Amino acid sequence: MLSAPLVVVISFAYLLLLFAVAYFGDRRADAGRSIIANPWTYALSMAVYCTAWTYFGSVGRAASGGVWFLPIYLGPTLAMTLAWVVILKMIRIAKTYRITSIADFIASRYGKSHLLGGLVTIITVVGIIPYIALQLKAISSGYAVLTGVHDQQFHPVTVTNWLQDSTLYVAVMLGIFTILFGARHLDATERHEGMVAAIAFESVVKLAAFLALGLFVTYGVYDGFGDIFGRVLENAELAGLLTLSGGGEAGYGGWFALTLLALLAVIVLPRQFQVAVVENVNEQHLRRAVWLFPLYLFLINIFVLPIAFGGLMHFGRGTVDPDTYVLSLPLSHEQHALALLAFVGGLSAATGMVIVETIAVSTMICNDLVMPLLLRTRRFSGSVQPDLTGLLLGIRRGAIVIVILLGYVYFRLAGEAHALVSIGLISFAAVAQFAPTMIGGMYWRGGTREGALAGLLAGFGVWAYTLMVPSVAKSGWIDPAVVEDGLFGIALLRPEELFGLTGLDNISHALFWSLAANIGFYVLVSLMRVPTGQEASQATLFVDVFKQERAAPSTFWRGSAEVRDLLPLVARFLGTAKTRLLFANYARARGLSGIEQLKADADLVHFAETQLAGAIGSASAHVMVSSVVQEEPLGLEEVMDILDEASQVRAYSHQLEQKSRELEAATEELRAANERLQELDRLKDDIMSSVTHELRTPLTSIRALSEMLLEDPKMALEDRMRFLGIVVSETERLTRLVNQVLDLAKIESGHAEWHNTDVDMRELVEHAVEATRQLFRDRGARLEVVLPDEPPRLLADHDRLLQVMLNLLSNAAKFVPKGEGRVRVTLSRDDDEIVVRVRDNGPGIAPEFMPYVFEKFRQGGDQRDRPQGTGLGLPISRQIIEHFGGRMWVESTAGEGATFAFALPLDYRPAESAAAAAMQ
Amino acid sequence: MASKILIADDEQNIVISLEFLMKREGFDVSIAQDGQEAVEKIRAEKPDLVLLDVMMPKKSGFEVCQEVKADPALQSVRILMLTAKGRDTEVAKGLALGADAYMTKPFSTRELVERVRSMLAEG
Amino acid sequence: MRKGLAGQRLVAVFLCAVLLFNYPVLSLFDRPDPLFGLPTLHVFLFAVWAGVIAAIAWIVERGAR
Repeated sequence: MLSAPLVVVISFAYLLLLFAVAYFGDRRADAGRSIIANPWTYALSMAVYCTAWTYFGSVGRAASGGVWFLPIYLGPTLAMTLAWVVILKMIRIAKTYRITSIADFIASRYGKSHLLGGLVTIITVVGIIPYIALQLKAISSGYAVLTGVHDQQFHPVTVTNWLQDSTLYVAVMLGIFTILFGARHLDATERHEGMVAAIAFESVVKLAAFLALGLFVTYGVYDGFGDIFGRVLENAELAGLLTLSGGGEAGYGGWFALTLLALLAVIVLPRQFQVAVVENVNEQHLRRAVWLFPLYLFLINIFVLPIAFGGLMHFGRGTVDPDTYVLSLPLSHEQHALALLAFVGGLSAATGMVIVETIAVSTMICNDLVMPLLLRTRRFSGSVQPDLTGLLLGIRRGAIVIVILLGYVYFRLAGEAHALVSIGLISFAAVAQFAPTMIGGMYWRGGTREGALAGLLAGFGVWAYTLMVPSVAKSGWIDPAVVEDGLFGIALLRPEELFGLTGLDNISHALFWSLAANIGFYVLVSLMRVPTGQEASQATLFVDVFKQERAAPSTFWRGSAEVRDLLPLVARFLGTAKTRLLFANYARARGLSGIEQLKADADLVHFAETQLAGAIGSASAHVMVSSVVQEEPLGLEEVMDILDEASQVRAYSHQLEQKSRELEAATEELRAANERLQELDRLKDDIMSSVTHELRTPLTSIRALSEMLLEDPKMALEDRMRFLGIVVSETERLTRLVNQVLDLAKIESGHAEWHNTDVDMRELVEHAVEATRQLFRDRGARLEVVLPDEPPRLLADHDRLLQVMLNLLSNAAKFVPKGEGRVRVTLSRDDDEIVVRVRDNGPGIAPEFMPYVFEKFRQGGDQRDRPQGTGLGLPISRQIIEHFGGRMWVESTAGEGATFAFALPLDYRPAESAAAAAMQ
Repeated sequence: MASKILIADDEQNIVISLEFLMKREGFDVSIAQDGQEAVEKIRAEKPDLVLLDVMMPKKSGFEVCQEVKADPALQSVRILMLTAKGRDTEVAKGLALGADAYMTKPFSTRELVERVRSMLAEG
Repeated sequence: MRKGLAGQRLVAVFLCAVLLFNYPVLSLFDRPDPLFGLPTLHVFLFAVWAGVIAAIAWIVERGAR
């Protein structure tokens, strides 16, 4: 037994701690160093799913039904496997179109319909208010158990005076908290960092508290899992709880239905939408959350059965209410601190749910219920209106207070009634009605406003009839005959055996009929007509949200607008300073210098509407924007045209991108080519300069000698003959030079003619040797020729190869020492090539000169021999050899002669003959 | 006394024609076959004028010119550069390095003789 | 492409989990006799659950790199 003041102080101290955490979170967010901008906080905030109903109720459920508490957590785990597909899309849609609640999501999807938004809000309020009441009840009864205001069976004794009820003060604290951190200022994104930080903190607290309790029961009271389950297995009464059927209830069908229900709920529960979609800071955080959140559920459920069995074995079946085991077990073991911790855990589970749910519901009430009604009145529809931000905040805060008070009042009125106890799953079933219109709207373009309305109404109606009516009847508020005999006594209309369907538990039964009606009406009514332009355009924006990333029209809008109308309109709801900042940022993002330069085009109108949507909901935003712009209504045809255009634009932009990539590549190539050209140009200049030099040198001698001969007719005959000889030889040198330059130019440009025939290399070498024999004889050099027996043959130009051989042989003859020259010519054949070597015993080539041997106009050797060489022989030879796919090289050690060699591949097919072969 | 002229060129036939030309004009002629030899002969013989080819082995005409102009003892030596490369840059380079005159090959024998005479007269 | 693959893997895990968590596979383990001294159904459900979480974690975290 704990003293009441202690529990109260601890409870309120905990709530103040929440304030501190939230305050810190907001401060950090304002300072730009968000603490919630990480995947861990995001995943933990999702654990707001675990409310007091599950915190206390899971154990209760396990105590009566064994493993039947599990589907509530297996469903979310299944849902999270698809979250990276489904919830990611919801986040993207909500972010792109500034959607801040489920009501807004559905209203916006089906043509920005006020009616739909309102309907969704009403369903939510009806479904959720009792659930909030349930949380308050959990706090209240937890308090009663701890402080001893209860009977022997731990049934709380109800406090009759409201003002003495601490739960009221908790509710007030929660209201203050929610207003402070949920509606402190208007934000187009409706994100509340401080609140999320507090929720994540609460998730840690409740997990820690529950694990502490579980460890105490499992390892403190008993000797581990094996011990507990061993005892249970020996206990025939309890052992039945270890199987599905032993848990009673509804068999495998019911198991599946519960799992499906929880699966849908975790996606469409307003509080889950709030934390998972609206409060999402970064889509990538979802990546971690999709496994962290199920892991959290896994951990918080490990000890549920041990605690339940621990309680059952300790208190005995049918005595203490199993829903209080979490508190009564530690209390009865005199573990007061642990009981207090468990209570704080339950408090955190309850408050977390109340806070988030209240924010979500109040946003809906404000944006989808109150605003549309206000906008209908004349007073607000004019365009010259005062700042409405204050009014908007007032509505939001009022809604928060009303939601929490309604919850409290419901708790006080319903009390122990069945209508409250069973509300957990019933509430799930209510919000599950949103799933078809929401998920259908994200993937199916055909859904219409009427379809969504019909589906929601049908589903909600069936839900109310099959779940709410029996629940209310069991509370004794209406005649139970309706449940037992059916409406008007018609048996087929029995709420829990609708149309005679039996064999299902009430939840599965209701879920089946409500979802069947919901989906049936949604699809059938939608199929009754083609979507309107507005519906089709919204459908496309939702379904193709991932394709909208570029080059698609951000909106389907045609008309005329003025910036001077739009700006004040947005300012009325968001405040002037903030609006000017938003517009200025928008202008800057478009490369404009300021608001003055903005043009009121479709994009700007869409931008203004999106900003407004965050504050007042998409349907109201649409109405407001429409009031200041001249919009031409679009028919379906026109929307389709725009869509076609958009896909064309997309395709075009794709092409453009490709073109631009190609252009970049081409530019790169051009740059490289240019560099190459410049290099070639430089080379060409060098060559021109060299050619000039080589031409001018012989011309110099010719001109000088000719002029002297001309001027001096009495020149000695000997001199005259000598000079004329020089003139002739220099002329020959010039001729040779001109021929070779032309030859080389032809080969290099690819214009040379090649007459390919079957060449017998042995014959060719012999021919060349014969032709130069006189040269060697004149220099007194010995010539040695080594030829293979088998004549190697290949396809090549005979005359060209002969030219190469003659060049090599005459070079050798030129460089060998007079009188003692030795030249050795070898022809050999490898597997796939013919190699010719010409070796001399001349001065060899200095290492530093080796790289230049084959360059043009690089002559080596004795200057006195110059007139014979042009400096082009070797470059031409190498070009010829390379033309036939071969290679030419030189090996030399200075002072020990040089070996010029070339190799020709046997299998080389000249281009022309290859082409000819291909022709055949 | 006849002026002394050094012909520095690696082209045999050009040397033959210049030698004949200069001798005919009554100059005292000596010959160098490359840049190295040219520097040595300039130092040894102190010619009044050098007909200096640019493209020579071992040392280019530019290098020879630079060395001669840097040596105070050789201040009186005139240098007439001859080159087969007609580019303006070559001319500018030669003159910058201190050559007294510049002629492009092939040259007119008469002009060459006139230039040589006028250069010797200036000195 | 990789994201598409991750999406397909997640759908596969989902289908697999739905199969394991429901009739008739579930009925195979829905028996009173214990496994390792623990209730068979309990062990099976938690084991599959842990497996599913590990699979999701592996798929999405791998794609993050």
